[in-house]
Amino acid sequence: MKGGFLTNGYGPILIVVAALAVLPFGFSANTTLNFLGFVLIVTLAAQGWNLLAGYGGQFSFGHAAFFGMGAYAIALAQVRFGLNPWLALPLAISLGALTGTILGYLSFRARLRGSYFALVTLAFAEVFRILANASAFTGGAAGVLIPLRIEAANFQFADKRSFYWLALSFVAFVLLLTHWIARSRFGAYLVAVRENEDAARALGVDALAVKLKAITLSGGITAAAGSLYAQKFLYIDANLAFGPWISVEALLAPIIGGIGTVFGPLAGAVLLLGLGEITKTFFTWLLGGALPGIDLVVFGVLLILCVAFAPRGVIGLLRRLAPSFRGGRA
Amino acid sequence: MGVRARAFLSHGSMMLKLDIFLSALANGLLTGAVYALIALGLTLIYGVLHIINFAHGATLTLAMFAVFVAHQAFGLDPYIAVFILTPLFFVMGYALQRFVITPASHGDDGNILLVTLGISIIIENALLAIFRSDTRSIDVPYGFSVIEVGTLFLSTPKVIAFVATLAVAALLWLLLARSDTGKAIRAVAKEKTGAALCGIDVAHIYAVTFGIGTACLAIAACLLMPTFLVNPRVGNAFVLVAFTIVVLGGMGSIGGALAGGLIIGVVESLSGLYFGESLGQIGIFLIFLIVLLFRPTGLFGAKA
Repeated sequence: MKGGFLTNGYGPILIVVAALAVLPFGFSANTTLNFLGFVLIVTLAAQGWNLLAGYGGQFSFGHAAFFGMGAYAIALAQVRFGLNPWLALPLAISLGALTGTILGYLSFRARLRGSYFALVTLAFAEVFRILANASAFTGGAAGVLIPLRIEAANFQFADKRSFYWLALSFVAFVLLLTHWIARSRFGAYLVAVRENEDAARALGVDALAVKLKAITLSGGITAAAGSLYAQKFLYIDANLAFGPWISVEALLAPIIGGIGTVFGPLAGAVLLLGLGEITKTFFTWLLGGALPGIDLVVFGVLLILCVAFAPRGVIGLLRRLAPSFRGGRA
Repeated sequence: MGVRARAFLSHGSMMLKLDIFLSALANGLLTGAVYALIALGLTLIYGVLHIINFAHGATLTLAMFAVFVAHQAFGLDPYIAVFILTPLFFVMGYALQRFVITPASHGDDGNILLVTLGISIIIENALLAIFRSDTRSIDVPYGFSVIEVGTLFLSTPKVIAFVATLAVAALLWLLLARSDTGKAIRAVAKEKTGAALCGIDVAHIYAVTFGIGTACLAIAACLLMPTFLVNPRVGNAFVLVAFTIVVLGGMGSIGGALAGGLIIGVVESLSGLYFGESLGQIGIFLIFLIVLLFRPTGLFGAKA
């Protein structure tokens, strides 16, 4: 790679990750660490979405399908088969990736694009949700409870910081991966397919293969987020794992942060969840009681404002304000 | 037990089964009609604007809450409220399309999807903030009255909804086929540049179409409320059903939406009868996925 450490894109990633890694030394409160851990899980799920939609232009409205697959796989592997969660994790990620391949094969082979693809992914997530809610194997509506046994060997940490650092290492890996992909031949094909699929195909790009590769990676990454979620809360049910809200969050974060940028999902997740907390606290203070849903109203407004005025999200705005700011976009 | 007794018993249970089957079938058709009405708005918007309105479900929820408030606060019967809410929702839909969706999405399909998703998030959660997640219903004197047809007992409000849906569909067809506005809508749907060249105000027609689609939801809400419950998430249940119907009937086809609605109503009712309530929903999604993946032009071959 040409360019120095700071300009080739890897430098900023390492700096941001290092800054995030020392953060727990500043805040030791459990609630803050819980919040930060959750932000990283959402970031990871959003990074999966961003790879497929931001770079590949395939807008999924059903990333909960992968998130839930990862969450249920790691939970059921322990509860039903007594597998160690560390062994179950790669299994869960592979299952998410496989789900991506199958879902992608079915929908891309049928040449579903745009709104049609969004609808199909949404429907898949709903089918999984209903099945998980009805099947005895998945614990039905009662969900799955992962037995509490706090041991690092059992993927349960006494120190909340350990979980945070683990989640951060996943996010860091995907940041590097995304940046690497953006600058690779595969990344160029992906962007070509996003910009004009017919033209890309005319130039000899195997669009189906490129999209399949993207959705496989995307499914695996988002499934990792689901697995982390299950291990963090030690409980999942169909609505938590496959609920439409997961799909929406995986899509909101990159759009608000900067769709198709390396840092978009991270910036968006921090901003979104931070703003959510502030809104909730503000209205609780204002009204003397919680106002459910008000944070989501703000998210909705933010989504529309972003689409209308900041098509490249916060990262795009920053770049417009400071032309020298480079975030390693393809 | 003798052979004759056993034969008699199985005969009797067959009659019973037939009765249950017929009543499930009839109920499916009645519910399907309202589904069709919801899908009608969606398919009309798709057929003309070529966009999928993700806010359709949330708008239906909003309309149902409007019916609820009209009844609780002003004592208005849903069947009277329909004459106030329908024009109101037409205006709302018109304004939403013309002053929010179009300017915000810069004419990009992906953006329209996201903007309508944003609208649905706002509506759904604003309702949650105002009404909380409680499930509510309204009490009308005819809520539980039934009409007897042969051996079947049909819920009166559902029969009214069925008839009203057919009437609305007929009216809509008349509007599209006969009126000047209808002609303009069809012209824009076919070829918007050509329509614009003929002096048709495309932006206005888009907004009118969106308004009509939204108005259909107000009518559907008034027809639903006497027998349905409402909570801030109720629209989600309807919207995927509506999408399925639209896909099944062929995107943009009004006849397709009607037929698709009735089919889905029956499928839901019968699969609920044979597979139980929670798995019954699966039938709808499977139809949805199979049609989308293997026959995206829909059963009736409208151009997708």
